[in-house]
Amino acid sequence: MANTSAAEQAAKERALAHLKHYFVSSDQQFDAAKMGMWLFLVTEVLLFSGMFVAYAVYRVWYPEVFAVASTELNPWLGGLNTVVLLGSSLTVALAIHAAQTDKRRALVVNLFVTVLLAAAFMVVKYFEYTHKFHLGIFPGEYFAYEEMGQRIVPIFFSIYYVMTGIHGVHVLVGMGVLTWLALRAMRGHFHSGYYTPVELAGLYWHLVDIIWIFLFPLLYLI
Amino acid sequence: MTEDKDRNETPQGQAAEERGDYVTHAKSIGSWLFSLDHKRIGMLYAVTVAIAFLLGGVFALLVRAELLSPGEDFLSAQSYNQMFSLHGIVMVFGFIIPAIPGFLGNFLLPLHLGAKDVAFPRLNLASYYLYLLGVALILVAMVAGSVDTGWTFYTPYSARTGPSVLFLTMAVFIAGFASIFTGINFIVTVHKMRAPGMTWNRLPLFVWSIYSTSIVQVLATPVLGITVLLLFLERLLHIGIFDPALGGDPILFQHFFWFYSHPAVYIMILPGFGIVSELIATFSRQRIYGYMAIALSSVAIALLGFLVWGHHMFVAGQSVVSSVIFSLITYLIGIPSGIKVFNWIATMYKGSISFKTPMLYALSFLVLFTIGGVTGIMVGVLAVDVHLHDTYYVVGHFHYVMVGGTTIALLGGLHYWWPKITGRLYSEAAGRLAALLVFVGLNLTFFTQLVMGSRGMPRRYNDYLPEFTFLHQLSTVGSWIMGAGLFLVAIYLLVSLFRGKKAGANPWGGATLEWTHTGPRPDPHNFHRTPFVTRGPYEFDRIPELVAAHRDEPPPDAQPDVHLNQDRT
Repeated sequence: MANTSAAEQAAKERALAHLKHYFVSSDQQFDAAKMGMWLFLVTEVLLFSGMFVAYAVYRVWYPEVFAVASTELNPWLGGLNTVVLLGSSLTVALAIHAAQTDKRRALVVNLFVTVLLAAAFMVVKYFEYTHKFHLGIFPGEYFAYEEMGQRIVPIFFSIYYVMTGIHGVHVLVGMGVLTWLALRAMRGHFHSGYYTPVELAGLYWHLVDIIWIFLFPLLYLI
Repeated sequence: MTEDKDRNETPQGQAAEERGDYVTHAKSIGSWLFSLDHKRIGMLYAVTVAIAFLLGGVFALLVRAELLSPGEDFLSAQSYNQMFSLHGIVMVFGFIIPAIPGFLGNFLLPLHLGAKDVAFPRLNLASYYLYLLGVALILVAMVAGSVDTGWTFYTPYSARTGPSVLFLTMAVFIAGFASIFTGINFIVTVHKMRAPGMTWNRLPLFVWSIYSTSIVQVLATPVLGITVLLLFLERLLHIGIFDPALGGDPILFQHFFWFYSHPAVYIMILPGFGIVSELIATFSRQRIYGYMAIALSSVAIALLGFLVWGHHMFVAGQSVVSSVIFSLITYLIGIPSGIKVFNWIATMYKGSISFKTPMLYALSFLVLFTIGGVTGIMVGVLAVDVHLHDTYYVVGHFHYVMVGGTTIALLGGLHYWWPKITGRLYSEAAGRLAALLVFVGLNLTFFTQLVMGSRGMPRRYNDYLPEFTFLHQLSTVGSWIMGAGLFLVAIYLLVSLFRGKKAGANPWGGATLEWTHTGPRPDPHNFHRTPFVTRGPYEFDRIPELVAAHRDEPPPDAQPDVHLNQDRT
């Protein structure tokens, strides 16, 4: 250490600026953060699992009602949203790659494109929801759609609204996080030595995507 | 023990006095309320948990006082319902779930691992404030009125009764996230933050138990989250998923609820196992018997705990086949629990046991937890449970586990680590007297409930038949004795803060790192330098040489590498 110049020393300091004092090394810090994120994703899966169980129970009890009720959902809009979300998963993966290879411009662009695709997803969702509200398809007790008066139909739409609604909240949270990361990336906070937040947000975003990949066929297709 | 007398004269002691320990190094209120130091966050939990315990305890005493004689005395039926509901909700979500992990877990986990802090200190502080917000919302619900669902919020009643259910579900949702974040934090800390040489089979058993607890917190609590969220929406939008009037199924709510809440009882008891392991080893001066068996039985209980939730629903209308299976798996829990009890007894065999206050609590725990466990197996027996379901037998059973197990273990741990936390010693005589009062009062309160339950006294009633009067009165007197004991504990501990003798670094002769490698109160960053661990946590024969070797170290100021990254944030 003695013969390194002051400039090199300063550069090292900057490279380690992210390292918290209670970690021994950047690697330990990165591994800890990533493990924490995976555990958080486990809790997210379990959060949704309750709704998947509710879906499965009512589907087994009332298969024909679910078949009829699901015809109200537009598979083309759902399919469009699936493509949009899959595309955003690609761009977030490209963003992580750009961060790992020190391509700041590509990192920022890919993060912003991901946010735009997420926004497109929410816009489509907005039109789907408002169309149903227009028809009087509300959850549970407030269900007022004349053509489908069956007893269990409102429960299908309760499950639909709760599952897609909580998923939508996750998309909104993801948009906020990704925008924040894009702004930080513009200021050069991330580089090949430190890109933990980008990697973690990417993991989260893939989970949001995967949950939709299960929601789409269960609600729209079968 | 002798080498601890002159602790403050060692170079380490002097250096610690100059820079201050974790209590004295910064004094402002903000330095406590927004501290990222796991020890200070542990203290925030300690204070809040104690307030919740006091609150829940007052509710319990009111319930018991009302039951002193048959008929309505000073509480109306509605107020009585609110009292026992609030007692349950405050004690479960405000006290017993966060108590040991939040308080002792936070304080001890990094010390036990030889780490400077938990893996995510900011998340740790956020957990605390989420928990505090949860408790505050419970209080809001109390003011909003008619909290009369019991702590289980069963639908469809909870979807119809007063507006407080909205606040309660929010409170439970938020407190649940506090619990999840603590669990994630601790799992990652155990995996990634261990000091060099701290292998998995050198972890103190307290760490193993907190680790198992964290697994349950992470895997079970999200399901509670979605359950209360659905209940919230049921209340607000009448979505009908749990509402039979709209074609929904209230039994589904019970499945969801117990899928969390049965594992949650292991969130409550597992940390207690960890404390008792530490106490019995230290006060028997004996290497723990069957270390791996105790460690892995915690993990086994954590995992088996996920497969037994149906034993809460034997009479709720689930299929007979599932009831039989749930009943059989419930018996299996008895095996790892039994392994623990036998190993603790074997640890004491031929040990040099000293009956200090913490050890008295550990021995109480062995008796009380065994009663709690055996009665638990009995209510897990399908045929017996049909008779005992919703009687005082169940109340007695889970109070033996929750109070006789967890709370007694917490008290033992509180007394054991009090010198490390505060640097002071409490009055040993008062401590022993209080331990005796609590033990007697607890048995009097809850054993009578086991008897009443087996004779058919249903739970949650504010009235009873005249033949139960004597037993109810015994139980109420027991609650007073227990309350007096706990009150005494609070008094002499608070007195010791100001008048207690100064404790050395290792007053009990413990062998885990917090005793051997830190001063009377730990430093802000725990250790002067990261310990290099070369032995197991219960090798008492190697403490003296270790302390001596430690003392020969040059003062920390001569080792600049120790604080290499201290000021980078």
